[in-house]
Amino acid sequence: MRDRSFAPSRIWIYLVVALIAAAWLAPLAVVVLNSLRTNEEIAQGSMIGWPQHLAWSNYAAAWSGFCVAETCAGIRPYMLNSALVTIPATIFSTLLGAIAGYAVSLWRFRGDNWIYGIVTLGLFLPQQMRLLPWTIVLRDLGLINTLAGLVLIHTIQGLSFTTLFCRNYYVAIPHELIRAARIDGAGFFRIFWRIILPLSGPILIVTVIWQFTHIWNEFLYGVTFTTGQQQPVTAALIALSAAVADIPQHGVQSAAVIIAALPTLLIYLLGGKYFVRGLTAGAVK
Amino acid sequence: MAALSIRALSKRYANLEVLKDIALDIESGEFTVLVGPSGCGKSTLLNIVAGLDRPSAGTIEIGGRVVNDVPPKDRDIAMVFQSYALYPSMTVRQNITFGMECRHVPRAEQDAAVANVAKLLQIETLLGRKPSQLSGGQRQRVAMGRALVRDPLLFLFDEPLSNLDAKLRVEMRMEIKRLHQRIGATIVYVTHDQIEAMTMATRIAVMHQGCVQQFADPDTVYRYPANLFVARFMGSPPMNTLPARLESENDGLVVVIGAGRPDEIRLRLRGYDGAASFVGRDVVFGIRPECIAEGSRAFSNDAPVLVDAPVDMVEPTGAETMVSLRLGGEPAMARISPDIRPVPGASASFALDTRRICLFDPKTERLIV
Repeated sequence: MRDRSFAPSRIWIYLVVALIAAAWLAPLAVVVLNSLRTNEEIAQGSMIGWPQHLAWSNYAAAWSGFCVAETCAGIRPYMLNSALVTIPATIFSTLLGAIAGYAVSLWRFRGDNWIYGIVTLGLFLPQQMRLLPWTIVLRDLGLINTLAGLVLIHTIQGLSFTTLFCRNYYVAIPHELIRAARIDGAGFFRIFWRIILPLSGPILIVTVIWQFTHIWNEFLYGVTFTTGQQQPVTAALIALSAAVADIPQHGVQSAAVIIAALPTLLIYLLGGKYFVRGLTAGAVK
Repeated sequence: MAALSIRALSKRYANLEVLKDIALDIESGEFTVLVGPSGCGKSTLLNIVAGLDRPSAGTIEIGGRVVNDVPPKDRDIAMVFQSYALYPSMTVRQNITFGMECRHVPRAEQDAAVANVAKLLQIETLLGRKPSQLSGGQRQRVAMGRALVRDPLLFLFDEPLSNLDAKLRVEMRMEIKRLHQRIGATIVYVTHDQIEAMTMATRIAVMHQGCVQQFADPDTVYRYPANLFVARFMGSPPMNTLPARLESENDGLVVVIGAGRPDEIRLRLRGYDGAASFVGRDVVFGIRPECIAEGSRAFSNDAPVLVDAPVDMVEPTGAETMVSLRLGGEPAMARISPDIRPVPGASASFALDTRRICLFDPKTERLIV
């Protein structure tokens, strides 16, 4: 058995680790604590402090009562918007990335490395640089200020990442599997569907977690291309703070932030171990 | 009927010519082994026959039909791969039926075919398992089952035994040979193992540097290697090849090893008249290790040909004793009886089987006689 007794020399390790953890957790702690304090309490004291009594009402207000941009329905509709953007965009980008990764890793064709290079180049282009092209595309498609427009953006932009990850996973699959299947008479999609996809569990979990977190937390496109009722929750949170600029409502804002962060937190808690495992999984044998 | 005809086939990648002007005619029911060192082009040739790779020039006919532009699935072939290439997420049964499923074979027919093949290969109890739950030998069997169930014109095997341990390899070797005798299929089998080639093939194509060096039955390849490469590649240990000189003496031919040395060896040749034009010239003298034995061995009823030679090293293997010796100063291997142990450093008497000598042209490296 491992010796679990406390060695005095290790105190420094614990001290350093505790300090780093505290630095990382401090903002979260402030938000969590404030979400449980009433507005008056925060106004009388400081931004940092223990709740006198737990004010759960902040959550109820943030969820469905608070006024954002002249509508008093809390952040619920915006959470729904975020879900309507994130879920389809995650599914589409993961599936398309898997097919693209499969094509460039297991089917040799003229220019395959070029195509792969161009697709993954998207990872290195700054978001701001792509705003204007997307404005033109969305305008021409008539998708400005629609959730469908955001789904399109996130699906396309997610491809860089999902293709990269799936391709790197699929290169470990022996090419003889594809050769055997071709002799058996299976085509591109049948091989993907029957042979490759069933082997893809770990990498699909990784890409789904990554895409979901990324798209849910995305702010720039949300705030640029949608207004009012169409905004995802990240953009709505800003609108919320703007709306209450005259009287600060830190308690409700904090509760709204916590609610908005819950889905990605849950996804990570549920799938986190697969995430780590999937990143290190290589061989399929 | 020729099951497979390859004509004037070549393959180049950029500036690298991996196959040069290959021509092979393989009859129906033959077990042809393509053998050669790694990088000789044998697997590339097999992939081209399968349609997984395209030739740069030349034609391939399977069952009398030119298949250059026919996709792999329509060539009426089945292939067994080195890594077995079993579909990891499917059961053994699904692995075997996948091809039929792709060809839309009716369900009842699929079931009958699986039952048939499973019985033939004795894998009935494994049908519900996944490949990861099988041992190496079982995976090998399933891979063969997947090929057999197709009942193709041509079976292609790509080093199917090289992932197995030595004991299992010998077992599967016999099993594949037995299978061939039983179903009479046409097989093209790629290996780098010359023993597999010798034991299984009806004809061997020895390949080297993108060329077929010799295409003949195993006995011919072993007894009359077409050139020095084949002589040194086939057989374990390989044929001894020593520089020598051909001379004429009393109307007969004599091969001299280590000419001019005090320990020179002169051997009279009978039945080697084909080499007469090399009299007075250098040749390469080839003799198999088993044609050099202890001095008391009689290879024929004629008077034995005996030489005294210094012994360098002795390796008893149990079944025989391998001896490194020097013939006219040149190193050679002998294969003698297991109970005889010459003393290293001393001289011993050896009997030579001079009827089975090969002579090669040192310039072209081709067999003279």
